[in-house]
Amino acid sequence: MHGLTLEQVTIRLGRRMLLAITADVAAGEVLTVMGPSGSGKSTLFNWIAGFLDPAFNATGTVRLDGEDIGAKPAHQRRIGLLFQDALLFPHMSVAGNLMFALPQSVRGRVERQARVEAALADAGLAGFGARDPDTLSGGQKARVALMRTLLAEPRALLLDEPFSKLDADLRAQMREVVFSTARRHALPVVLVTHDEADALAAGGPVIRLGGSEGSM
Amino acid sequence: MAGGTSFLPRLGPPLTLAMLTLPVAAGLAGTLLPAFGYLPALGGERLSFEPFLTLAAEPGIWRSAWLSFSTGLAATLAAFVVTVLFLAAAPPARLARISALMGPLLAVPHAAAAFGLALLIAPTGFLVRLVSPELTGWTSPPDLHLVNDPHGIALIAGLAAKEIPFLVLVALAALPQVPAARSRHLAASLGYGRIAGFIQLVLPPLYRQMRLAIFAVLAFSTSVIDVAMILGPQTPPVLGVRILDWFNDPDLTMRFCAAAGALLQLGVTLAAFAAWMALERLGAALRRHLASSGTRFAHDAGMHAAIQALMIAPALTLFGGLVVLGLWSVSGTWRFPDALPAGFSLDGWAQALPRLAQPLLNTVLLGVTASLIAALLAILCLMREDETSRHGGFVQRHALTFIYLPLLLPQAAFLFGLQFLFVSVHWEGRFAAVLLAHLVFVTPYVFLSLSDPWRALDTRYMAMAAALGAGPWRAFLAVRAPMLLRAILSAVALGFAVSSAQYLATVLAGAGRLTTITTEAVALASGGNRRIIGIFAMMQMLLPALAFAIATLVPAWLWRDRRGLAA
Repeated sequence: MHGLTLEQVTIRLGRRMLLAITADVAAGEVLTVMGPSGSGKSTLFNWIAGFLDPAFNATGTVRLDGEDIGAKPAHQRRIGLLFQDALLFPHMSVAGNLMFALPQSVRGRVERQARVEAALADAGLAGFGARDPDTLSGGQKARVALMRTLLAEPRALLLDEPFSKLDADLRAQMREVVFSTARRHALPVVLVTHDEADALAAGGPVIRLGGSEGSM
Repeated sequence: MAGGTSFLPRLGPPLTLAMLTLPVAAGLAGTLLPAFGYLPALGGERLSFEPFLTLAAEPGIWRSAWLSFSTGLAATLAAFVVTVLFLAAAPPARLARISALMGPLLAVPHAAAAFGLALLIAPTGFLVRLVSPELTGWTSPPDLHLVNDPHGIALIAGLAAKEIPFLVLVALAALPQVPAARSRHLAASLGYGRIAGFIQLVLPPLYRQMRLAIFAVLAFSTSVIDVAMILGPQTPPVLGVRILDWFNDPDLTMRFCAAAGALLQLGVTLAAFAAWMALERLGAALRRHLASSGTRFAHDAGMHAAIQALMIAPALTLFGGLVVLGLWSVSGTWRFPDALPAGFSLDGWAQALPRLAQPLLNTVLLGVTASLIAALLAILCLMREDETSRHGGFVQRHALTFIYLPLLLPQAAFLFGLQFLFVSVHWEGRFAAVLLAHLVFVTPYVFLSLSDPWRALDTRYMAMAAALGAGPWRAFLAVRAPMLLRAILSAVALGFAVSSAQYLATVLAGAGRLTTITTEAVALASGGNRRIIGIFAMMQMLLPALAFAIATLVPAWLWRDRRGLAA
């Protein structure tokens, strides 16, 4: 099947149960995980992405398009990440950031540059390739970050409060861009947030963590 | 991160621990056995107390031991008190600027700083010349023990002046980890003066962070050799100098006495540790007494300026000494009591050049190799730390103590033993032997220098790199290393400075055949040719200065168009 599946996932720290969750996220669908800070949302995020600190103890299965990816290292999972900060690599140009994400299977300098140029044009940033990322506006950085994540050809998206640092009108705009892009690419999306408006805009199922165990 | 895929980082921690602990352990054993008479190569085939009897019969031995203890303890105490008073009295906003000034002072090798001080305050030194004969009436150098005084005052001054910048930098690095600003506001709102508030509320948590570094200073100061040869008392000298003399004695059986002396040195340093711990208790009791009596020292504003002046004095002394060294290195004729040379010339440099070439090459080769190996080890350890947990097992929690281990022991206690081992496998005088001895001291500093900026880098950058498909090595080479380039090069430069300043490790492992700028400079100390001393001490300073300049300029040039990486 296509999509991201979380089967009977539990994460503990010592004896304390942080969360227990079971969920199916279909291709193009957005699952929103809500909860106050300390509720374990970022722990879940780290576990799915493959960065969970060994101090935690996790059980359960995470499947991507039917394949169990729980044992794979992070760089082989092909799960795209977006954070509240764009986290563009400050030592690379804008094009350098995109080039870093482009898979090695895309061969030849001309072909790679063409793909990067196309991505920039797609984001309304044609001609920005040579720029220092630090000179871009907040909205421009967010769009480059999205393009960078997509160029790596992910099979799912994992979003950690990706809109919380943007201005109100820019925030609505970026939500629309990100969610429509995910639908267009038929990517399952897990969105971790504490903003109700994010959940509303995502329009998918919502899991609430914190206090009681969340489950579906 | 990205669990279990990388082989090399796994080797990092065990390799580093082996690199730091094996030479120390083997060296201690190599000291212990000859100290009890066992060294078959020299005919010592059964255990006895004879080396200690020989040692005890040496004239002035207890005086030497006392001098090591007292000068080391006094220098550490002076450096600590000045550091604390200074941090307490200086306006917090000015601290960043001060740390920028301290950095270069830290890179000055101990021996060079000592030469500078000697040329400044000796009876024939710059200060006496400056006021003679106008104020003093002296037309020939006065017969005063201004350096090499029998109580080691000049030695204490030289050590303290050199350790203050180190302790200030250690404290400034630890300060963000204690709630300093909040505590100081609280103390001020309760009516405490700035100094009393700092000592009552900020110092206790800060001191816990600085403690290991202070014990390292204590271990170094109680066992120092090169600085003591330049500034210290001479009849008798401190214990370390005497051990080296016995070791170099043409009568090879004196090496048993040297080994026993090295063990005594360990005892002297441990005694200084014990004395310091007693001082810690005394200080804490005093602080509690002042707190419970509510003593506020509210009107300490007048003292702030005085304390800042107190701080500037050692810095000025160091800088002044370095300027005088520079003057001597290019001086023509410079008769007493002229304040300045009659003329300037590069003749000294031209004459010294042939003598300078080989030691210079050795210094650079050793420094570059040692600092690069140390940086590689530190990077592997830190990569491994990211893969596992930062709050993990026994080794991780105690890693810091292991890393400090070579710095917490008197060098003499294990370097002489290590030398016995090198001799027994015919390694003495080889590049590899000197390199190994240097790595024991270079690795801790490189690791300590790199670990803070490494851990401070936002981990989400590395998460992002992995999510974009980069494995651990690509993520390191393409993202982490460039973003940390400045920190990595600074750590390498510090490693180079530490290596180039090594005296005892080089003299022993190099067996006198492999010489560096530092060993040559110290060897010149007794000769008293100020021009040549000035030249070698200048080279001692220029080399690390060059390394730090490269570490600053290369990233600045590479990232000149990258605002996000501007320093």
